[in-house]
Amino acid sequence: MPQAATDYVPHSDADMRTMLAVVKATSVEELFADIPEDVRRREPLALPPGLSELEVLDELRRLAAANTPASALVSFLGAGIYDHYVPAIVDTIVGRGEFLTAYTPYQPERSQGVLQSIFEFQTAICELTGMDVSNASMYDGGTALAEASVLAGSHTRRGKVVLSAGVHPEYRQVLVTETAGYGPRPQVVDLQAGAATDLAALARVVGDDTAAVVVQQPNFFGALEDVAAAAQIAHAAGALLVVVADPVSLGLLEAPGRLGADVVIGEAQSLGNAMSFGGPGLGFMAVAKPLMRRIPGRLVGQTVDLEGKRGFVLTLQTREQHIRREKATSNICSNHALNALAALVYLSWLGREGLAELGLLCTRRAAYLRARLLELPGVTAYTEGPVFREFAVRLPLPAAQLVEALVPQGFLAGVPAGRFAGQFAGPAAAGLDDVLLIAVTEKRSRAQLDAFVAAVAAEVDHG
Amino acid sequence: MADAQGLPGMDRRTIYEKSCCGRRAYSLPATDVPEVPLDDLVPAGLRRQAPPRLPEMSEVDVVRHFTGLSTLNFGVDSGSYPLGSCTMKYNPRLNETTAQLEGFAGLHPYQPESLAQGAVELMWELGEWLAEIAGLARTTLQPAAGAHGELAGLLIIRAHHLAQGREPKRVIIPDTAHGTNPASVVMAGFTPAPVRSDARGGVDLEHLREVLAGGDIAGLMLTNPNTLGVFDENIVEIARLVHEAGGLLYYDGANSNAVLGISRPGDMGFDIVHFNTHKTFSTPHGGGGPGAGPIVVSAELAAYLPVPLVERAEDGRFFLDYDRPQSIGKMRTFYGNVGVLVRAHTYIRGLGPDGLRRVSETAVLNANYVMESLRGVLDVPYERRCMHEFVASATPLKEHGVRALDVAKRLLDYGVHPPTTYFPLIVDEALMVEPTETESREDLDRMVDVFRRIVQEAHDDPQKLLDAPVTMPVRRLDEAEAARHPVLRQRFPEDEEAGAC
Repeated sequence: MPQAATDYVPHSDADMRTMLAVVKATSVEELFADIPEDVRRREPLALPPGLSELEVLDELRRLAAANTPASALVSFLGAGIYDHYVPAIVDTIVGRGEFLTAYTPYQPERSQGVLQSIFEFQTAICELTGMDVSNASMYDGGTALAEASVLAGSHTRRGKVVLSAGVHPEYRQVLVTETAGYGPRPQVVDLQAGAATDLAALARVVGDDTAAVVVQQPNFFGALEDVAAAAQIAHAAGALLVVVADPVSLGLLEAPGRLGADVVIGEAQSLGNAMSFGGPGLGFMAVAKPLMRRIPGRLVGQTVDLEGKRGFVLTLQTREQHIRREKATSNICSNHALNALAALVYLSWLGREGLAELGLLCTRRAAYLRARLLELPGVTAYTEGPVFREFAVRLPLPAAQLVEALVPQGFLAGVPAGRFAGQFAGPAAAGLDDVLLIAVTEKRSRAQLDAFVAAVAAEVDHG
Repeated sequence: MADAQGLPGMDRRTIYEKSCCGRRAYSLPATDVPEVPLDDLVPAGLRRQAPPRLPEMSEVDVVRHFTGLSTLNFGVDSGSYPLGSCTMKYNPRLNETTAQLEGFAGLHPYQPESLAQGAVELMWELGEWLAEIAGLARTTLQPAAGAHGELAGLLIIRAHHLAQGREPKRVIIPDTAHGTNPASVVMAGFTPAPVRSDARGGVDLEHLREVLAGGDIAGLMLTNPNTLGVFDENIVEIARLVHEAGGLLYYDGANSNAVLGISRPGDMGFDIVHFNTHKTFSTPHGGGGPGAGPIVVSAELAAYLPVPLVERAEDGRFFLDYDRPQSIGKMRTFYGNVGVLVRAHTYIRGLGPDGLRRVSETAVLNANYVMESLRGVLDVPYERRCMHEFVASATPLKEHGVRALDVAKRLLDYGVHPPTTYFPLIVDEALMVEPTETESREDLDRMVDVFRRIVQEAHDDPQKLLDAPVTMPVRRLDEAEAARHPVLRQRFPEDEEAGAC
């Protein structure tokens, strides 16, 4: 009978017979005799029948074609996930089976490839952030923030973490959810008009009960924060400063480590990884040396073999769940190694100068677009002051309405801030429905920016 | 023997050591907007003083560097990988093709839902399939890994009790459990309550009754088949006892590859199940991730699932539902490791119900085949049929001065990836073997033959094992030294004087 479904089992019927004889069974059924009859399933699972490879691909292509990916439009979407160009070599390297199909490197002598790449990734993150120690990566920016809060709580033995409202609202939600039963309690400090953190308000709530202060740079609305001032407030109270950083900005903006950060976390999808509907992302965490033994997740270290030759191993594993079980610093038992590899290949392609040049190009184009949009009647600045590649404007119409109106013209105008209205309070929370968050990567040419301004102008006029 | 020395004459320096000032691989579009002075864009005080010391390389140098590193690595594509509890099955390349379709890979999480209907449909469909496989009601695809699914599940258990005005603290965990279980329990604000295994490798019912009698029970976490590769025949009774004590049952799905379409956790009495798509549903491990750890819960617990939940409207439209007042909140940003979920969807769609059942039947046959073939070669402490994996012990080799670790290192020389060692903790010198269903009879015979040869070597010339590996790019590495004097990043010559770590 011709085979109707994909099947990756290699055995022929003859193989099965031979093997059953070895295990002294007359049927495969017999091997499951330990499963009590009342929990044995006799009828097949109610799933669609299997398909050949060609048919599966057709079905997945149909589903993919039912999407209009942002990457195929003139997109200004950001808010944590960015549409940067991914150079061709990234997929080539990441697709190599020796990397793709390997497990966590528990056998270092046979895993030097991934171990060395993680060591090099850790180095790149330390260089970008200005910190001493980076882990091998985490799930995403949101979970990295939750882990940073737990770390700060256990280091300071204090019960509160003070977060700027400029920290991505979804990161804050993840923190609240994941630490509902454990770790410091979060308290949010509002943004002031212009979208930067109200540092005076921050200083008022930070005290000797505060484990950490968290600010994001650039913040959710693109405003550049005074990280050094936040560090002073935190340190004066004996708290840690946690900075949520955008790695692409760190070719241009000062490294948080040089501004007083004790922990730097963030999302590094933008380094060589596809947007992929928001996941898998690439969380990262880097800390100052005194926190080395508290950092969650995998760490790769350099050592020597018995002949004195350099090699790399997973190290300081006594922090981890497979050794320490309930006393571990975290339950995390994986990292996003393949995404970290993509980021490393990307950073190696960009190099020392490329990252700065990329940042400058994004900054120039974002500044240009912002200036042009602010010339339009009724469009005003929401984010004030200098910005990197993202900023928010207030429109004379609901932002979601503008986004919808421009889709037929091939534009994704940005992320309507009203989507996160419940996560903001204070002066910056007023009229969020009319606020649009706009990101400009190197993919957006001047011609596209000009066409976009014209399209927005037409809508604003209608409004 | 295998030869993993890497490419002949390979340059083993790090990418930073290979960096050469002034070289570059990148190209970027020219500036086409007015060149505003930098100070007017970003004030000097906010700018970086010293650039990050990223490597400076030509493109071909970058490609050669990473191609070289790949030759020092070993994946399922390279050979047999019987790593217990990790399910290192073949990762079909079709999965890679579908995940990279621009219609999935190019989606932004905040693009209008109307432009992402295919992706939301895929997620909805996968959720329905996983619910059917688990024998439970509703799925969240958010958790990024098994351990992350555990935390989500435990937070749901917490929400369930709180909704009833209770706040029990203890979660029961067998001594065979994965280390993530107790770690997750603590992170969810609970206390682990250990329960012993009995002589057949299952939960000791007497001890379970004692622990339950202590009260304050939030739930129990169980892997079934467990990490000994043994199916707990008392599962229905265990579920009854825990439910009677007011607790919920969490199924650690790490070992689901044994029971697809054969026995469903929901039918066994579990309330919450996680699957590791990177184990059971063939998504690649990627050297440590990304995976995905979706969880499925009973209808009673669905209200607590994280937002957004994937829903289908009456008009057939798919949408992300945030309006769920009893939800625990958000376990991660956005919706899950969608790129990984596309691969899992592809796999299940291709295999169908018959293919999935054949996966488990073959996985169990392969494990029993290897176990039977190894009887008399290694000690197999639990004298019964195994499921998809089994635990052998290297204890008899101790008299030759050889341990499980040495067997593992010698396996590397023979081109077989070692099993999981020293786990589960209750077996001395444990070697946990999970061949998976995609290994052929010849692969398994070869694996057995290699074990046999190594045990023979342990008798005849144990030094061979103690010296192993000898064919790898490095000899045995000094892990104690790595922990004593941590070097966790590249040292640059100019840092040496400053004493940076």
